[in-house]
Amino acid sequence: MIELQDVTKVYNEGRQNAFAAIRGVGITVGNDLTAVFKGPSGSGKTTLLTLIGCLARPTSGRVTLNGETISGLPEKFLTEIRRKTFGFVFQRFNLIRGLSARENVMLPAYPLGLDHAALTRRADELLDHLGLGSKGGLSVEHLSGGEAQRVAIARALVNDPEYVIADEPTANLDTKLTAQFLDIVRTLRAEGKTVIMTSHDPRIWQADIVDRVITLEDGLLTADERGAHAA
Amino acid sequence: MIRQVARQRYLIDFTLASMMRRKVKNVVLFGVYFLIVFVLASVMLFGSAIRREAALLLANAPEVTVQKLVMGRHDMISGEHLEALSAIRGVRRAEGRLWGYLFDRGNGANYTMMVPPASDTTHAVGPGEAIVGSGIDRVKTIGRNEYLFLIAPSGRFFKFTVKERLPEGSGLVAADLVLISEADYRALFDLPDGVYTDLALSIRNEKEVATILGKAAKAVPNSRFVTRSSIARTYESIFTWREGVLLALLGAAILSFAILAFDKASGLSAEERREIGILKAVGWETSDVLTSKFWEGALISLGAFLIGLIAAYAHVFFFQAGLLEPVLKGWAVLYPDFRLTPHIDPLQVTTLAFFTIVPYTAATIIPIWRAAITDPDTVMR
Ligand SMILES: Nc1ncnc2c1ncn2[C@@H]1O[C@H](COP(=O)(O)OP(=O)(O)OP(=O)(O)O)[C@@H](O)[C@H]1O
Ligand SMILES: [Mg+2]
Repeated sequence: MIELQDVTKVYNEGRQNAFAAIRGVGITVGNDLTAVFKGPSGSGKTTLLTLIGCLARPTSGRVTLNGETISGLPEKFLTEIRRKTFGFVFQRFNLIRGLSARENVMLPAYPLGLDHAALTRRADELLDHLGLGSKGGLSVEHLSGGEAQRVAIARALVNDPEYVIADEPTANLDTKLTAQFLDIVRTLRAEGKTVIMTSHDPRIWQADIVDRVITLEDGLLTADERGAHAA
Repeated sequence: MIRQVARQRYLIDFTLASMMRRKVKNVVLFGVYFLIVFVLASVMLFGSAIRREAALLLANAPEVTVQKLVMGRHDMISGEHLEALSAIRGVRRAEGRLWGYLFDRGNGANYTMMVPPASDTTHAVGPGEAIVGSGIDRVKTIGRNEYLFLIAPSGRFFKFTVKERLPEGSGLVAADLVLISEADYRALFDLPDGVYTDLALSIRNEKEVATILGKAAKAVPNSRFVTRSSIARTYESIFTWREGVLLALLGAAILSFAILAFDKASGLSAEERREIGILKAVGWETSDVLTSKFWEGALISLGAFLIGLIAAYAHVFFFQAGLLEPVLKGWAVLYPDFRLTPHIDPLQVTTLAFFTIVPYTAATIIPIWRAAITDPDTVMR
């Protein structure tokens, strides 16, 4: 369970171009459900995801994970929390070019120093599971958009995180691939993982697997509705 | 423990893969680095080897050498002055020396011919015998004995039985040295009895040299006195001046390299910055990122350093510093042909390592560290 208490985020604080992207948000994202943030461009969705996922610190307010305050922790602890708790799927996938699909998937586990053979097996299983069994050795720049996204999902799952955080996961995908993505989310949900996404795409917030749709405008929460699944 | 090892292995694997991705840049960097280390190390090894040779040489040189001057030029000196010189207070011994060079037309080599001083009992040679340096390859084995055949300037043939070979590594003069008896020397060069190449004075107390020189100048007019300390100074100034010119040029080169390295390092490309952000976002610690980049820097700088050093060693000691010759050649006038004794000064190597590896590593690590401690949220954009 992640809780944000009266959180703000000001970019370039104290400078001429200071900008308050999040202006006092309180929200609890519980376990075991799928939540989507929607809202106009620039409303602060990505910023909020970085705060939830410990990729950035709030300017003020507090972030707690399972009741423990994590917003003030030193970087070293945040890294550990990120690694153990969250898996990220970035909008532009952010795979590392020049490495193979398999190596990209293994990357988050490198600092753990796991047995190489076991880690390779785990990466291959994940890729296989996502229908990329034959592409493990391929350098990621040769993958199609949909394949790259599934590699990014496999990478997010390699450390078996509780939360999967995805920013605009279907922005570059056609209808068929969007449906495929929703199938993957369905599986994750069934495995008991919490999936938190942002999206402009009605196909996402209207999908039958979504429990909750939260609207953001100008850095403030303006609506918090039950999704199709909950309805 | 095992985890730590495995973790380093993963990080090194990742480092190698990411170096492969920037192959051209890294190869260029490695090349520049290698060249600088190679040239610097060549000059250093050469300089220190020469100094060492000079020191060895001077250790055996007499405190004062007396040369006869005829019309301003060095000529053979008569032994009749020896008595007067050894009578001077403070002079322990005065000896006539016979030495010179013999050009061997057969193989184009120059030999240093010398009569061992009477005081040197370990290298005493009888008539028809010779002691040769390790660099003399003219020696022929006939029957059980080794012989050295020489052609005198007059065209006469001489045959010597080789009594002993000086061990390798005893210094550059020793390599092409041929020691023969006084009688043979005089016959070889057609020298009358009683003349010497120069006279050597050994002195009881180095502080008295000035007073002794004053008295000796009266005893032996028309002569020049060369002291050991003045030879040492001459050597020093020749080497230091030439090395100085080279090092100044190299300093400029290093500076430009440092600027290049710093520029490259401080201006992390957007791609590199993004990569660091990704690694941090997926759970790498700042120290993991730094370790990986450290391995990268270490592989380039340490690798280039070691290979550069080995190449310089080979260049100086096996190929006679051929590439430095145009600059450093002047001193070779003193000794026509030489082969340096391999020698490495650990302090110099450490200094060189320090000034090449540390600035580079620091220049690369610092900006990466700055990128790696910032929040990784930028990768979301
Ligand atoms: N590093 C930054 N420095 C300054 N302003 C920033 C920075 N990052 C984001 N912003 C601003 O904060 C606001 C919110 O940005 P954010 O990316 O969270 O919006 P978003 O809702 O995700 O938009 P989109 O739907 O277009 O992705 C925007 O106005 C943006 O310009
Ligand atoms: Mg966004």
